[in-house]
Amino acid sequence: MSEMTLKLSVWRQENAADAGKMVDYTLPGVSEHMSFLEMLDVLNEKIIAEGGDPIEFDNDCREGICGMCSLVINGIAHGPEKRTATCQLHMRHFKDGDHITIEPFRAEGFPVIRDLTVDRSSFDRIIAAGGYVSVNTGNAPDANAVPVSKEAADKAMDAAACIGCGACVAACPNASAALFVGAKISQYALQPQGDPERARRAQRMVDQMDAEGFGACSNHAECEAVCPKGISIMNIARMRREYLKAIIS
Amino acid sequence: MPKKEGDNRAPGQIPENERDYYLERRYPSFGNLVPRDVASRNAKYVCDEGRGVGDTKLAVYLDFADAIKRLGEDTIRDRYGNLFEMYQRITADDPYKVPMRIYPAVHYTMGGLWVDYNLMSTIPGLFVLGEANFSDHGANRLGASALMQGLADGYFVIPYTIGDYLASADLPKTSTEDAAFQTSENEIRDMTAKLLGIKGKKTVTEFHRELGMVMWDKVGMSRTKEGLEEAVGRIKELRKEFWENVRVPGNPSQLNKNLEFAGRVADFMELGELMARDALERNESCGGHFREEYQSAEGEAVRDDEQFTHVAAWEFTGAEQTPKRHTEALAFENVKLTQRSYK
Repeated sequence: MSEMTLKLSVWRQENAADAGKMVDYTLPGVSEHMSFLEMLDVLNEKIIAEGGDPIEFDNDCREGICGMCSLVINGIAHGPEKRTATCQLHMRHFKDGDHITIEPFRAEGFPVIRDLTVDRSSFDRIIAAGGYVSVNTGNAPDANAVPVSKEAADKAMDAAACIGCGACVAACPNASAALFVGAKISQYALQPQGDPERARRAQRMVDQMDAEGFGACSNHAECEAVCPKGISIMNIARMRREYLKAIIS
Repeated sequence: MPKKEGDNRAPGQIPENERDYYLERRYPSFGNLVPRDVASRNAKYVCDEGRGVGDTKLAVYLDFADAIKRLGEDTIRDRYGNLFEMYQRITADDPYKVPMRIYPAVHYTMGGLWVDYNLMSTIPGLFVLGEANFSDHGANRLGASALMQGLADGYFVIPYTIGDYLASADLPKTSTEDAAFQTSENEIRDMTAKLLGIKGKKTVTEFHRELGMVMWDKVGMSRTKEGLEEAVGRIKELRKEFWENVRVPGNPSQLNKNLEFAGRVADFMELGELMARDALERNESCGGHFREEYQSAEGEAVRDDEQFTHVAAWEFTGAEQTPKRHTEALAFENVKLTQRSYK
């Protein structure tokens, strides 16, 4: 089992009002089998033992499905591996002596709370604006009462694979949330259950996205390149179509 | 598994006649399709025998070679592609080519908060849905994921019962001036100040890990009376040490995940002891709740239906007080209780 020593430059920021700065740490004894977050756990234990305050970073499931982890690693949202969330990035992709920079997701729509933790509740408000299917109370519908074609189900499932982490925003030169919103609009627009509200949904979610301060999409496709779930920018095209249809109908 | 202890050859190098397909050997009619408690326990036993594989020796092989030969790699990819990908990321092994190394880990325990038939807890108006409540899973977790209970409670129960409660309950207006709120707020403030004020030598993570090891060794998938008694004692000591020697950094007025974590670990210390006490009280084995003293000659769980056809619910009687055990009979109208067998 090979162990390495890393030089880490980590963004430290007391709170939203603080200017923040990069702080350097040296961390020995990093196993290649650790995930990136486990490596940060080890660093935090060291910091606590030395009397400091640990680095705040978001995480939860650590198996790439919850969307809580983030981080810009060496300038890339979720780090160097394709289709990989930070929690699934393992240290074997780095080597002894590497210098790694770790920063938060930066965007107007994601204000820093502390260190590497940013406030992504703007995404929640976009979902609340229309990312649901309204149902009447009463009996739950029978399982196979509404047929969905395999093709539509597959495409909707691919869009629904979005875990809402916000890497798309962090990677975009415009800090646009178009990939996230496109995926969420698509997962409903492609299925009959989402059909009745599709126009209202597209309009409200896009309006909320703009209100939150996210920039416009200008087709850089950086979002698709960093997306840990490989969400396609086809979903952005679908969002535009849905939005246009909604505002001219 | 390799038949011989200390066989360090790569799995592909081990000839068929030097392999031990231990589940197929012990459970010929179910093979590796035995329920998860049986599969998990047997994986632990072969590793405890010293035959575990890989760097840690805490793993057994799960080989998809036959399934891939029978169904083709595409079919397997269609069914398990996401899981195989996760595995490959963690281990850097390609599970389509090399057998997976697996080992049981706790990610769920049966049981939860007591609720009534309408899913309301002992606190009026506090409903508990999904696997946070105790109601569906007993001997084993049914359906192997949280979906079953999440959907059942969310779709079929709560839409009816919560509406009825809201329509019929007397819900006077209240505010944060209420005495109960003030008491709670003060308790939280005191607890926070206490945690931050200890300034001890051990981190929250160290306590969490120590507690985890006790739970894993003594209150896990295979338990004994002695082990459980030891666990109760060990957790008591650990809890005492926690409140004297934990180091929680930072301050209470900013985001402080270590402080949140300390609060959770303090809870786990109480819950862990309760789980050990509950297991100690039940002199029988039932599915995943396996007491080594109560097993058949073939290693199957032996229940004592005379004594234990009930749910046990523990009442919190105050911090550091012994909780009180209540029982609720289990009545089976359409199913006859029998001894299961996977032979």
